[in-house]
Amino acid sequence: MLFISEYGQILLILACIFGFFMAWGVGANDVANAMGTSVGSGALTVKQAIIIAMIFEFAGAYLAGGEVTATIRKGMIDASVMAGTPELLVFGMLSALLAAGIWLFVASSFGWPVSTTHSIVGAIIGFAAVGIGIDAVVWSKVWAIVASWVISPLLSGTIAYMLIRSVQKFILDSADPLSNAIKYVPVYMFFTGFMIGMVTLVKGLKHIGLHISTGESLFYATIFGIIVAMIGKYLLNRVKPDPLAERDSRFGNVESIFAVLMIFTACAMAFAHGSNDVANAVGPLAAIVGIVNSGGEVLQKSIMPPWILLLGGAGIVFGLITLGFKVMKTVGTKITELTPTRGFAAELSAATTVVLASGVGIPVSTTHTLVGAVLGVGLARGISAINLRVVGSIFLSWLVTLPAGAGLAIIFFFMFKGMFLT
Amino acid sequence: MSSSNAITRVFGRSPIKPLQGHMQSVVECAEYMLPFFEAVIANDWKQAEIHHEQIVDAENRADAEKKKIRLHLPKSLFMPIPRQDLLNLLSKQDKIANKTKDIAGLIFGRELSVPPAIADSLIEFIKTSIKTTAAAKSVIDELDELIETGFGGRSIEIVKKLIFRLDQLEHETDEQQILIRAQLHPLEEELSAVDAVFLYKIIEQIGNLADCAQKTGEQIQVIVAR
Repeated sequence: MLFISEYGQILLILACIFGFFMAWGVGANDVANAMGTSVGSGALTVKQAIIIAMIFEFAGAYLAGGEVTATIRKGMIDASVMAGTPELLVFGMLSALLAAGIWLFVASSFGWPVSTTHSIVGAIIGFAAVGIGIDAVVWSKVWAIVASWVISPLLSGTIAYMLIRSVQKFILDSADPLSNAIKYVPVYMFFTGFMIGMVTLVKGLKHIGLHISTGESLFYATIFGIIVAMIGKYLLNRVKPDPLAERDSRFGNVESIFAVLMIFTACAMAFAHGSNDVANAVGPLAAIVGIVNSGGEVLQKSIMPPWILLLGGAGIVFGLITLGFKVMKTVGTKITELTPTRGFAAELSAATTVVLASGVGIPVSTTHTLVGAVLGVGLARGISAINLRVVGSIFLSWLVTLPAGAGLAIIFFFMFKGMFLT
Repeated sequence: MSSSNAITRVFGRSPIKPLQGHMQSVVECAEYMLPFFEAVIANDWKQAEIHHEQIVDAENRADAEKKKIRLHLPKSLFMPIPRQDLLNLLSKQDKIANKTKDIAGLIFGRELSVPPAIADSLIEFIKTSIKTTAAAKSVIDELDELIETGFGGRSIEIVKKLIFRLDQLEHETDEQQILIRAQLHPLEEELSAVDAVFLYKIIEQIGNLADCAQKTGEQIQVIVAR
């Protein structure tokens, strides 16, 4: 206990720096994956995407990220094993942050498709299992997380497939695609609003001290969905059919209707990404702050100070401004294959899956979920070419990321232990 | 780090647009036949040479595009249209350009002059053949819409209509071919035997050109039938 009060300040500063570094990495690279679809389809400019990302990443982290943060900071490690040695947990979380941050940095500079989530989970398992003991890891939780990594792309792919099928059936393959698009697109908008509203109401608001029953949540989420659909309808009425747009494709004007929808799904995507990935970055930080503030007690339950999320949000925004801007531009120019009709399906299904996972506190990979969704769109015969070899390498990459994150975390763990305890 | 981003690499190079681009070159190649034949009929071999060169250039361009498309169709590419069907379609499209080059080459090489009596019908015949290739292109242009709708019933209807029009045009060329042969028959006495044989051959080849265009449309029917 003496140790924590003695070095508390230094440890906190280190934790903040590493946490910020990690959040910077997320902002610089990961956000571009989540938002690139909207930029690529021409629904948003890079600038608009950045602004949406800033607002909704933060909202997602604050309103729906609590469960994931909780899982990361205390769900995977058995705190009772650590009760006597809080400093080990602090070292562990520090090394997990540093390991994941460095691994992400290295991997993305080589262009390897790695996941923030997989790095941080691997790092935490690594230091806990090797540095402290196999028993310190709550394996049942870990297996649930790993299983979710297989399930989440499958789920988002299935949803995307169904969305595309519905678009094809009700809109594209109808006698008058344009008027049907104007008729049905608000329904998708309602679904987007309802989904975000529901997760926020059920999982998010209790972090800011509001408790609402499921019935009430359902009611409010429906209202929220209707409001979103009405805003959407208003925006749709301002879209003027352009005869020139039909020159290349019969669906030129339909696409411009869906481009409006993509503004909404982009918000949902940023929200989902914030709820999952920002929470990943600040989870270990929250754990360290909790221990230091309580003077060395490993508490299973402690309130998370809002400034931690602020720091995470600020890190992301900083990452967006320094590098994310550029990355998004390049990613955006390359994802032209996802026209608004396809892109919205990919985004909406990925966002839904990620937000659902966030709601139950399971850290999933946004990138992998999005790739699953893209495959779903492709399977509905919506995309003319998908490189299966790349898809394979993306899904294999987490097999590499887990041991890499773990290995680095173990090295850093013993390094910190040596630095502070000898 | 951005050039090899995970998400962007998932999207393979789509062969559809390049395929349509190839068809565009093929149609351009066929369209040069009209000024070429007009020059030939006018016995203006300087002008004919220019147009012959245009045809050869367009054919070469189509060839280069064909090779590029083939190179970018790796087996790991997941496509809504079977790879083999796409390759078949490509070679059928390419045949149209090849035929055009053969016809122009045959005439230009021998400086084969066309008897004035069949000139008008020949020009009409050429025009219809070119229209047939343009009709085939309009079918190919529907490919992305087909994919977008997941081969939905209505877009298949549209393709069927376009193919019907293609078939009609091809049938028209058949009839024009019969007419032109009938016109050529009484002229045989005046012509040298070799010239007559070659004229028949040219007429047959132009007919084949329209056939090739029709076969391209049929290949789309095969793709749609799945």
